[in-house]
Amino acid sequence: PTDIRQSCLTPPPGSEIISSFYGAEFGYVGVDSVLEQMRRKAMKQGFELNIMAVGQSGLGKSTLINTLFKSKVSRRSVKPDDEERIPKTIEIKSISHDIEEKGVRMKLTVIDTPGFGDQINNENCWQPIMKFINEQYEQYLQEEININRKKRIPDTRVHCCIYFIPPTGHCLRPIDIEFMRHLSKVVNIVPIIAKADTLTLEERDFFRQKIKEDLRANEIEVYPQKEFDEDAEDRVINDNIREKIPFAVVGSDQEYQVNGKRLLGRRTRWGTVEVENTAHCEFAYLRDLLIRTHMQNLKDITSSIHYEVYRVRRLNEDSVQYSPSLTPSPEYDWTGIRNMPHCLV
Amino acid sequence: MIERADSAVSSVAQRNLEGYVGFANLPNQVYRKSVKRGFEFTLMVVGESGLGKSTLINSLFLTDLYSKEYPGPSQRIKKTVQVEQSKVLVKEGGVQLTLTIVDTPGFGDAVDNSNCWQPVINYIDSKCEDFLNAESRVNRRQMPDNRVHCCLYFIAPSGHGLKPLDIEFMKRLHDKVNIIPLIAKADTMTPEECQHFKKQIMKEIQEHKIKIYEFPDTEEDEDNKLIRKIKERMPLAVVGSNVVVEVNGRKVRGRQYPWGVAEVENGEHCDFTVLRNMLIRTHMQDLKDVTNNVHYENYRSRKLAAVTCNGVDGTKNKGQLTKSPLAQMEEERREHVMKMKKMESEMEQVFEMKVKEKKQKLKDSEAELERRHEQMKRNLEAQYKELEEKRRQFEEEKVNWEAQQRLLEQQKLDVSKTMEKNKKKGKIF
Repeated sequence: PTDIRQSCLTPPPGSEIISSFYGAEFGYVGVDSVLEQMRRKAMKQGFELNIMAVGQSGLGKSTLINTLFKSKVSRRSVKPDDEERIPKTIEIKSISHDIEEKGVRMKLTVIDTPGFGDQINNENCWQPIMKFINEQYEQYLQEEININRKKRIPDTRVHCCIYFIPPTGHCLRPIDIEFMRHLSKVVNIVPIIAKADTLTLEERDFFRQKIKEDLRANEIEVYPQKEFDEDAEDRVINDNIREKIPFAVVGSDQEYQVNGKRLLGRRTRWGTVEVENTAHCEFAYLRDLLIRTHMQNLKDITSSIHYEVYRVRRLNEDSVQYSPSLTPSPEYDWTGIRNMPHCLV
Repeated sequence: MIERADSAVSSVAQRNLEGYVGFANLPNQVYRKSVKRGFEFTLMVVGESGLGKSTLINSLFLTDLYSKEYPGPSQRIKKTVQVEQSKVLVKEGGVQLTLTIVDTPGFGDAVDNSNCWQPVINYIDSKCEDFLNAESRVNRRQMPDNRVHCCLYFIAPSGHGLKPLDIEFMKRLHDKVNIIPLIAKADTMTPEECQHFKKQIMKEIQEHKIKIYEFPDTEEDEDNKLIRKIKERMPLAVVGSNVVVEVNGRKVRGRQYPWGVAEVENGEHCDFTVLRNMLIRTHMQDLKDVTNNVHYENYRSRKLAAVTCNGVDGTKNKGQLTKSPLAQMEEERREHVMKMKKMESEMEQVFEMKVKEKKQKLKDSEAELERRHEQMKRNLEAQYKELEEKRRQFEEEKVNWEAQQRLLEQQKLDVSKTMEKNKKKGKIF
């Protein structure tokens, strides 16, 4: 508490002196202490993050989620079931946890999609998932347009969808392309190469190039989307990330002793794969992206762009006349959205 | 000691020889003959793309079936399942092996994979049918054996269990071909995960009553021990590679990772050596025998039973499952003749219809012509009448004019006559 007050009263080193209207040029006003106030408020309120993991069964989704948050937060850990069969239809299971670190509380919701892409006929396997995402938007919208609405609307919108690509090493499969094409318009998709310890480093690079080519050929925009870069600085950072996606990740929730340290990894007969070693796999980059640097950005894009698109469309459909003030922004792609009336429940 | 067997049917008396006869040399003769003839083996690989099928084939036979110049089907995702075969002649120690590898690119890759096993089934059945036809021919000198002797099915290393597609495929093919399930890209899994996965797969295979290829028990105990070890390790978890890397000073085939090298031929790392030994060194002949005696016979009896029951109606006795081939041929000939007759009558009908049509058309055009002819004639007559009319008028005028002329002439004559008369009268004066 003492240092907070101090930072409010004395100018932090290197700060610019703000000149005010009334000529008080040689005084410290303290406008930048609003950051501190925001931080305190955020700590009190806590954060919410909703992550969805999509991929065929057996690609390590649950393990990766556990690894990301260094605790057993996935569906498998909550309800350990050795005899789990592949469900006949896609089910959507969502598990919430409250986790805390250094006084910051976070409500993490992990949405799992067992059964995706596992059947013999996988036509329209993305539809239940689209429906779910739109339902979350719908819930938020209903809450928003209520006359008496809550102070803090509970945010169950999916902020980020991690798509697990199986490590074939060749190229994207038709089901991957179809899924990402439909869903990149409603949610932020982060594609990753799952079980990357199958591929050697050269194979990984080749696979990554092929995936990027396929994404470009099919005009699929994954996170971070080029059109949402706010300024040059953002663009530089995001370009860096765009070079490296999709990340080749390995997940593990077991610790082994390596060189005297206890590390998360996978032990095979010819060596131990270290999860956090960037020479072995790119899990650290993914974790940094999702949690340490871009978490707020993910939430912002979801609420200000994806949700707004949904909202505009819904309100347009409700109103009988087409009101020109609700024209959607021209650069956003509407054709795909207009053709999906069945997604509205 | 010589014992006469009283019941000569059931038991064969065992006799001891009193000297070296020499028929112990028979296996050598068979061996020499087989070596001269050469061997054939057809291997089919089935699995989703990206599971390392091409690499494994290259590793097994130490050749580059799929090399950079002839890229395998892995580089392109197909829209439909295709069946491709490639033949390779391998020679080793004077023994020739014609190896045919059948690949199935596009299997399990589409979004909707229903019936993706159908092209595979069709291929296997067509090869069996070729062999059946070759066997039934009169001249059987050359019978190439293209039947699929073994099918390697690649299971993706998910770590959980079999996928619905795997189960469907194996259920449909286990009585047509020898299936050997393999766990592909086994370097994905730790040893514990691998064990767990294998157990899970075997459990599911037994649950769904899938008959995979079983290793036969031999009489020798040592071999049995080996076989039992192999059975425990089923399904085999394999890793394929043709890249040579250096490990601790020795050169091995393996895959280089930042954390170590997964050796292909190391029994601790994967079951590749087991697969190779089993497939090539010990059980190749057995696979061919099982294909010939079990799968092919199944196909043959099914096919022949279907043929005889097909063209037969309810009145004929169904107990006759085996007809002599002559009767069969006679029936076929009769059918053929009937078919020809039917076709002929059909063609005649069509011909007649066409002729009628043409006639009708001709009649129509004839009528049309007549009509026009009539019309023209009428036109002509009308014109003629007009002309006649005009002529008549003209004639009338002419007659009038002539009459007038004559009158005039008469008058002139009269005048001249009177003048003459006057003249004459005058002269008389």
